[in-house]
Amino acid sequence: MAMVTITINGKALTVPDNLTVMEAANRHGIAIPNLCRHPQLTPFGGCRLCVVEVKGLPRPIASCTTPVTEGMEVTTMTPRLEEHRRFVLELILSDHPNDCMTCQATGSCQLQELAYTYGVKGERYPGERRIYSKRDGNPFIERDLEKCILCGRCVKICDEVQGVEAIDFGYRGFKAKITTPFEDDLDCEFCGQCVSVCPTGALTGKLWKGKGRYEGVRETETVCPYCGTGCNITVHARNNEIIRISSKPWAWNEGLLCVKGRFGYPFVKSPERLTKPLIRRASGNFEETSWTAALEYVSAWLKKIREERGPDAIGGLSSARCTNEENYLFQKLLRAGVGTNNVDHCARL
Amino acid sequence: MESRLRELIERHRETGGNIISLLQDTQEAFGYIPRDAVMLFSRELGIAASRFYGVATFYAQFRLKPVGRHKVTACCGTACHVRGADRIISGIQRELHLAGEQDTTDDGLITLDKVACLGFCSFAPVVLVDGAVHGKATTDIAIREIKNLRKKI
Amino acid sequence: MIIRVCMGPAGIAAGGKQVLDAFNAELGRTQVAAKVLENCSSHQVGCLGLCARDVLVEVHRDGTKTVYQYVKPDMVARIVQEHLIGGKVVKDWLVDAAYDSFYRKQVKVVLADCGRIDPESIDAYESVKGYEAARDVLASRTPEEIIEEIKMSGLRGRGGAGFPTGLKWELGRKAKSDVKYIICNADEGDPGAFMDRAVIEGSPHAVIEGMIIGAYAIQAGHGYVYIRAEYPLAVERLRMALDQARSRGYLGKGIFRSKFDFDIKIKLGAGAFVCGEETALIASIEGQRGMPRPKPPFPVNKGLWQKPTVINNVETLANIPHIIRNGCGWYAGFGTERSRGTKVFALTGKIKNPGLIEVPMGITLREIIEEIGGGIESGKPFKAVQTGGPSGGCIPASMMDITMDYEALAKAGSIVGSGGMIVLDADDCMVNVAKYFVQFTQAESCGKCVPCRVGTKRLLETLERITSGKGSPNDIELLEELSGGIKSLSLCGLGQTAPNPVLSTIKYFRDEYDAHIRDRKCPAKVCKGLLTYSIDAAKCKACGSCLKACPSGAVSGEKKKPHKIDPAKCVRCGACFDVCKFGAVERE
Repeated sequence: MAMVTITINGKALTVPDNLTVMEAANRHGIAIPNLCRHPQLTPFGGCRLCVVEVKGLPRPIASCTTPVTEGMEVTTMTPRLEEHRRFVLELILSDHPNDCMTCQATGSCQLQELAYTYGVKGERYPGERRIYSKRDGNPFIERDLEKCILCGRCVKICDEVQGVEAIDFGYRGFKAKITTPFEDDLDCEFCGQCVSVCPTGALTGKLWKGKGRYEGVRETETVCPYCGTGCNITVHARNNEIIRISSKPWAWNEGLLCVKGRFGYPFVKSPERLTKPLIRRASGNFEETSWTAALEYVSAWLKKIREERGPDAIGGLSSARCTNEENYLFQKLLRAGVGTNNVDHCARL
Repeated sequence: MESRLRELIERHRETGGNIISLLQDTQEAFGYIPRDAVMLFSRELGIAASRFYGVATFYAQFRLKPVGRHKVTACCGTACHVRGADRIISGIQRELHLAGEQDTTDDGLITLDKVACLGFCSFAPVVLVDGAVHGKATTDIAIREIKNLRKKI
Repeated sequence: MIIRVCMGPAGIAAGGKQVLDAFNAELGRTQVAAKVLENCSSHQVGCLGLCARDVLVEVHRDGTKTVYQYVKPDMVARIVQEHLIGGKVVKDWLVDAAYDSFYRKQVKVVLADCGRIDPESIDAYESVKGYEAARDVLASRTPEEIIEEIKMSGLRGRGGAGFPTGLKWELGRKAKSDVKYIICNADEGDPGAFMDRAVIEGSPHAVIEGMIIGAYAIQAGHGYVYIRAEYPLAVERLRMALDQARSRGYLGKGIFRSKFDFDIKIKLGAGAFVCGEETALIASIEGQRGMPRPKPPFPVNKGLWQKPTVINNVETLANIPHIIRNGCGWYAGFGTERSRGTKVFALTGKIKNPGLIEVPMGITLREIIEEIGGGIESGKPFKAVQTGGPSGGCIPASMMDITMDYEALAKAGSIVGSGGMIVLDADDCMVNVAKYFVQFTQAESCGKCVPCRVGTKRLLETLERITSGKGSPNDIELLEELSGGIKSLSLCGLGQTAPNPVLSTIKYFRDEYDAHIRDRKCPAKVCKGLLTYSIDAAKCKACGSCLKACPSGAVSGEKKKPHKIDPAKCVRCGACFDVCKFGAVERE
């Protein structure tokens, strides 16, 4: 890979020639505002907030899509660029509900944050706002298209990362919107990757509504219990109740989760959930018991069967919800403890 | 319908399934793009239905609803505009009782198509009734032609 | 004796078929021995002649040609009786002097063969030296020589931006790849421009020959013509021409007995103006939504299917065979220092002789309007000409001696663009014209970038406010502010040029904006929302048509008594004005 030398804000930098101007800037600690750029996705170039000035070019260019070239002189912050960014934000907010008071995304909204940074209220260019009254009836993902800024991140992550292509840009111009085929209710895997990359409140979890945003919310880093993949998750809880699951983009799973990990948490407080072992008695009824008693009960039966019928009368089936380590221990128990090779796993179809 | 769609699929399978060409052929065959066609293409060619819908709603040529059997085409090009195409179009809309964005009459017989420049600029404004060109049109001419069309239906 | 009836699209639109039938019937009835032929019949080319005077009928008798204008079926009997039988020309219906001046100032290069040869015959094209240039190039010239020739000719892209064609080819030639493409952009989308259609309909082989030469110059093995589906005749002609060229070995493997392979496919556009933009066009050929992507990378490095791609416009390509055949010096002899050659303009609007014209670059606007165009049709004062369509601007009457070339027009705040020229007279409202174009670009915006998607919407809303009498004093500043932002920040050329019609009308016709905003008046009486309607009792025949047409119940009146309009109920839609046959509805 060849290296090129460019200057950003007067500072000379030597960077690989396959970077964009924004990537080069970011690597050297220079942030450039943007809404449509996402490191996991191919650049889009639609929001126009990341414009920078390049010496010799007549108009500002989008730093997210422009590759670095030898000798390029870039300026990321000038009064004129700031004016441009304010202009774009004014336009976006002129077509936005601006109901941050009740918006789920408040506090974690990139648009809100930029508006705050630039002191833009969206009052300069009043005009028609898109109104979409139809509510998507899917069970997991709230799609509030009036808050959508058409950054395309959801379309891209659905296509480039998840490979599902459940949504795409539809229509054009002011009427452009992100849509499912024939504008049906969303019918996909509901992995919620789209929700995780949405920079506004256009995509949120239906389960989250009214449960809490920031105030009084405690975040706990943990591992998803659903399967052996072991995705890192952040559990958001308020008043000792899980109100949302998310995942940090810098986690090893890069913030990606599946429908179970992201939206499958209500089981935690389900009244049907087993929290103590049960033993079925002769009467046929289940009886609550302690873990010690339950394990003793099982080991007694295993021993009895092995003595009477031999170890191969016993087999073990493990679960994909267990980690590799747990599965290892399980086969060890069967092979070394019980003495049989009858061991298998539900994911081995 | 199914067999015609299968034909289209086979024709396009070799070329890698160009969405626009496929939709153009579909519209040519049915006058519009039926939902079932998109769903079948998607299943058979392994191209997401969302892509078809995105393309179909992007281009002005594509229609997702059946069109009227008869078509009144009004040119909205610049030359027609400065010679009063607007007035003619509102006259046609009044005559056909079309409200707002509605483009097909309630009985589904006549569709008013507003198109970009047709290249008859020297004869502006131009109105086509079922393909027959009426140059230097006026509201009266347009309405007369629609009345004639109605008589024939 | 021969009678030729114009049966081009315009001729047909004017009733050519009926006139033709009338001649046949009349000749049959009177037993006169004359042949009735169709002019432009198999040609059916766009408006190359004075189609505005259609139906034009030529009568060839005793070795002289007589041309009649505005012929209607009921005029046929007299022409047959007096001229064909009696030998006396019907003077009342002859074409007038303007018929000659229309042709005098024009120089036809691209349009030279259009209408003159049968476009459906490759033999006809070859009879006018067609394919000689391509044959010569393939046999004895290197790509570098061709590129040099085109560079020296000074030819610039005729699609709008005016990028030097030779330079584009050079970049294409230098791009390293085993697969390259050349695309002919025939997605003519400017409302009010139809030269590409006319060229393809009139001389499709010229475009194909231009593509062959271009493909050889950049060493591209594949070509596409991206053409509007709204041009069925052009598509058909092109398809036919491609088949003919293929059967003669001009396309396919080893063309012109050389080792060079090249073939062309047709792709139909599906109706999106933005697909005239190169990257959107490429997306569209690939079957995707026509949303432009940022440049770089430029198509010449990464274009169709990620391969180096050169995109040329129809008129540009049609120039190529002529340049190769006649030499770059010949071509550079037309035009100005930096804008060489000829340009086809679509002259329309309030002009006496609308139609396609081809003139040397650098001709003055005055020559076009007064000598070729024959002046303003209505006899009212000429106000302005709008050039370059939705990306262009207007040139006011005071600048009538401006030369028509890339530099001069750009300096005046407009562009040559694809060559649309809409002539406007005193009855045209410049604010409304600006609104019309913004309406167009707004509807054609792909929606990808914020400045174009939302910005043009706000621009349009502001213009709508002004034209409906709700403008506020700082609206002009608002328009300028929005325009500035949209121009600087939009992703592609569509957005970057969309405010031009607004800025140039503000520049030259600020007084009209002021009249709308301050006085709540539309000086040209075009903006309906600013007009008040009343009925002149003296002229009203009480026919009741305005009463029926009024959507808001503002018209009242009894049978046989003059009707009245209640201004409080009137919604200013103008329906009454449109339907009144007696001119009784007045607007102020």
